[in-house]
Amino acid sequence: MNPSTLASPAFFSVDGLVGVVFLIMVAITIVGGLIACNSERLVRSVAGLVVCFIGVAGLYFFLNSPFVAMMQILIYVGAVAVTISFAIMLAAPEEKKKIGPSSILAGPLGFATAALLAGGFAVLALRTEWPILKKLNDGSMKNIGLQLLTDYSMVFELVSIVLLVAILGALVIARQGREN
Amino acid sequence: MRLTLLNVIVAVVLAIAFAALNAAYLVWAERRGAARIQRRPGPNINGPFGLLQPPLDGIKLMAKQLTIPGGADKIMFITAPVLAMFPAIMSFVTIPFSDTIVAKNMSVGVLMIFAFASMGSMSLLFAGWSSRNKYSMMSSVRAVSQAVAYEIPMLITTITVVMIAGSTDLMEIVHQQSRSILHWNIFPLLGNSHNLLMPFSFLIFFICTLAETNRAPFDLGEAESELVAGFHTEYGSMGFGLFFMGEYANIVIGSCMTTILFLGGWSCPFGLFPGVWWFILKLYLLIATFIWIRWTFPRTTIYGLLNLSWKILIPLSLFNLLFTAGLIKVF
Repeated sequence: MNPSTLASPAFFSVDGLVGVVFLIMVAITIVGGLIACNSERLVRSVAGLVVCFIGVAGLYFFLNSPFVAMMQILIYVGAVAVTISFAIMLAAPEEKKKIGPSSILAGPLGFATAALLAGGFAVLALRTEWPILKKLNDGSMKNIGLQLLTDYSMVFELVSIVLLVAILGALVIARQGREN
Repeated sequence: MRLTLLNVIVAVVLAIAFAALNAAYLVWAERRGAARIQRRPGPNINGPFGLLQPPLDGIKLMAKQLTIPGGADKIMFITAPVLAMFPAIMSFVTIPFSDTIVAKNMSVGVLMIFAFASMGSMSLLFAGWSSRNKYSMMSSVRAVSQAVAYEIPMLITTITVVMIAGSTDLMEIVHQQSRSILHWNIFPLLGNSHNLLMPFSFLIFFICTLAETNRAPFDLGEAESELVAGFHTEYGSMGFGLFFMGEYANIVIGSCMTTILFLGGWSCPFGLFPGVWWFILKLYLLIATFIWIRWTFPRTTIYGLLNLSWKILIPLSLFNLLFTAGLIKVF
């Protein structure tokens, strides 16, 4: 043990806190997701979604990618959540969630699907060899930009087509509404 | 320097103290400035020049009961004012006041500030919705549509500056401007860009800061003549106080960003004694301009406000972006 570690007692070191903060981020993500799914009022669901997004941004930060973390907040909290709130406010003011009569099979089927997905992800997570030791790159904007326009340009273009389809779909729906 | 818990705590406390002190005394400055423009004395009873007014106001607000209206959504009603203050304090973490005075310089500093600034509109939205008051509701819809409209030209203009600097690191952006006044990003000729449109992008950025902080002439969210007091109609005591402090903290951040992106941060105009005092000087000159504009211009209408952004500022800033990209490619 070198003198510098003796000089600063354990309480003042940040390294021990990192694990705690990571767990807090995981908890924020899960709690936000639960609020988003289970709340009665739609605006509260949006609030839950915002909390969830912030938790996910925190996880990205831990994965050594501050750029993606900041983009997560900027796009999902600043744009997507605000747009969803707009949609809610423009729609009919409905207080309670509509819960229609569901079939007997809905519960077991839902549970089975969830179990299958969770199991599949668990198997995937355990079987994959995670390249933790190999740091891919420094996660800087320049590297991400280069990768997106060289190795992953196909994915990049496909994503932009998805966005284009979404915009066209929104226009079509809006057009129909105008004729009514 | 090793990062210890003590450093973190000190940095957080300093950031909160700076934000809160500024918020408190900018209210005083605003009231004195307004009084001066309207040829009346303003708050001048408590202490010399009325300097004790902000702490007394704070004590008054804290001593009051926080009333929650009957139909309100309690949890969100209480969360909203906290959300108004939280992003502002987070942003102070990465703002460099000088070469050495910065809590945590990040390579994505610009992004971090805009990410947290974009959370501010959520607070207005929640406040208006949870109050269960139609004026609050209308106000929050207005405030959010305004925030969304002006975030776009603001971000595009910022991207222009980031392209010129080639970095999102706030310190790096300042360092590139630090040689002399002519290298500041606002001036077109000697700087890094050779872009004749830079003064206009400064103007666009400044207008957007005014609108993003809900300041007059763009304070449609709390238009008293139409919407009582807007989204904070139902808030009393420190709930209202937090919204107020959040607004002033956001003004400080907006001015800090303008200083860093366009006015050379802490560098001196004549190359003498660069340091935090130049930053503070530029910061408070910009804030004084904010106050000056608020008390000299009448409020616009909501249509005028949205048209200005979507029909003028966004096309202009997009053109500026393309033009700058072309110049960078050519030179």
